[in-house]
Amino acid sequence: MGQQRLFRGVTPYLFVAPAAGILVFTCLYPVIKGFELSFYDWSLGTPITSRKYVGWENFVWAWQDPALFNSIKVTLIFTACSVLAELFLGLAIAFMLEKGIRGIAVFRTIFIIPIMIAPVVVGLLWRYLFDVNFGLINYLVQLAGFEPKIWLGTPGLAMPAVIVTDIWQWTPFMFILFLAGLQSLPKDPVEAAEVDGASGWQVIRLVKLPLLAPVIWVAVILRIIDAFRSLEVMFIMTFGGPGRETEVLSLNIYKTAFMSQRLGLAAVNAVFLLAFILVLSVAFLTIARPALSKR
Amino acid sequence: MMTAATPTAERRVNRVEAYVEPAAAAPHGRVWEASKGVLIAILAFVYMVPVIVLILTSFKTQVQVMSKTPTWIFMPTLMNYHTVLMEQGFLRYMTNSLIVGLVSTLFTLVVGGCASYALVRFNFMGKGAISLGTLLLRMIPPAVLVVPIYVLWTFFGLSDTLVGLIIIYVGLNLPFTIWVLISFISDIPLELEEAAVVDGCGPWRIFFRIILPLIKPGLAAAAIFTFRISWNEFILALVLTNRMTRTLPVATTIYLTDTGIEWGNITAMGTLVALPAIIFTFLAAKQLISGLTAGAIKG
Repeated sequence: MGQQRLFRGVTPYLFVAPAAGILVFTCLYPVIKGFELSFYDWSLGTPITSRKYVGWENFVWAWQDPALFNSIKVTLIFTACSVLAELFLGLAIAFMLEKGIRGIAVFRTIFIIPIMIAPVVVGLLWRYLFDVNFGLINYLVQLAGFEPKIWLGTPGLAMPAVIVTDIWQWTPFMFILFLAGLQSLPKDPVEAAEVDGASGWQVIRLVKLPLLAPVIWVAVILRIIDAFRSLEVMFIMTFGGPGRETEVLSLNIYKTAFMSQRLGLAAVNAVFLLAFILVLSVAFLTIARPALSKR
Repeated sequence: MMTAATPTAERRVNRVEAYVEPAAAAPHGRVWEASKGVLIAILAFVYMVPVIVLILTSFKTQVQVMSKTPTWIFMPTLMNYHTVLMEQGFLRYMTNSLIVGLVSTLFTLVVGGCASYALVRFNFMGKGAISLGTLLLRMIPPAVLVVPIYVLWTFFGLSDTLVGLIIIYVGLNLPFTIWVLISFISDIPLELEEAAVVDGCGPWRIFFRIILPLIKPGLAAAAIFTFRISWNEFILALVLTNRMTRTLPVATTIYLTDTGIEWGNITAMGTLVALPAIIFTFLAAKQLISGLTAGAIKG
């Protein structure tokens, strides 16, 4: 390690300083500022001098705010349904494609397009597909002999529509991780099981799934964190509606700050979102990563 | 945490041994293979159709868009693109998106590259804290940042400027870039750098002349992901830009009204926004997959 002895002193800090500086300025400082804001009553568009210190009042208000609890509930339902469906579909597709079939490269390319294109485009594309008059989905529904539906405007239908969109967009992420995980599994246990006469299903259930568990954990937690962050698709497809049926926590924060113009209350809601993300991140660090690094 | 491998391995052996009876009807017959092919084809279809609908609609006339039955074969028209591109400000929004995307990508790579090199190769105080902090910052939702960033950027005079947008995008992209580049730099044999030190190279020369050229694949993957975030990002751009500095995703949503949406124009805009991503996907699918799995598979 001669190099480390040579480059001691100030050099390492010079290498890290720009990145650290930017991260502090763009992420850490704003998060702290957000905490501070949550103790003020301040309307959007008024000068900073007009803000009023109110102590815990915003938190008390938020605690009694049905909109906040609704958005937490919506976020949890959206996350649970999407991630579970993506997990099972992703596993199923990964096991189907594992052995490799002709044209797998083309399929994989097609499947990552939804991840790569802008969430805004995904949102407007599915809003078009779910459109009452011109959407492909209502066309298919009518072909099948049913009445067309106002998908994004009917309570009970908007949420499933948003979830379907998320499943379409993110199942490929799951299956790409699982496929990569399956291909890096040790060969011996699988072969041993096959020699012992285990069926394909038994090999999957008793050998591959347990070996794949760390990758599954990582994928699920990363997806949960991402689902908590998502906002564009609802913003464009429903803007939280009908009523507040699809108003996730992120959208609630945006609306509180820039529609209701209550910056302090929005900051409180952001604190709630941050708390959820922090718990999930700690779960990620303690469950998923050690399991991986010791593999 | 416990080691994941050992207990699972034991359990697995026990369970497999417990199965003495021969496997039931083998599902790996020809029927299974064929149905697998059909399923995959259906899936590919489900994934292609929405994208094809988006692109096809953008080449339709208003009459064709409004028709009750979707038309799949028709005489394409560039009218929607003409309308959109002639629309006031649209070319400016596109230029804004390009500038923000390219500049923030360049800065993220240089700054992130330096930081990852230091985190891999040097021992210094606070190294653990910085690694951990970087990982945690990656998880922060933009919605948590949107209010304080709006307040701070207004205070610093950064809101409604492209510079302000570039700074926040560099910050948002650094954690992921550092994460990806660390795994690439760790793979470089230390002997190379030791030889360079013997030849009298300083750390900066080593970094720019030896390390950066060696991690080109990592830089490419990180660049695509950074550019994608900066090009696609919506909520921060929505509150941090005005008529002059708006980016494409924000501009697109302005045309989405509650009633009477011009789907021809909207899908043309959507296609233009999605175009770089689609091109990248077909050019560099392999790098994208390595980027998506980075940190999750390798640990």
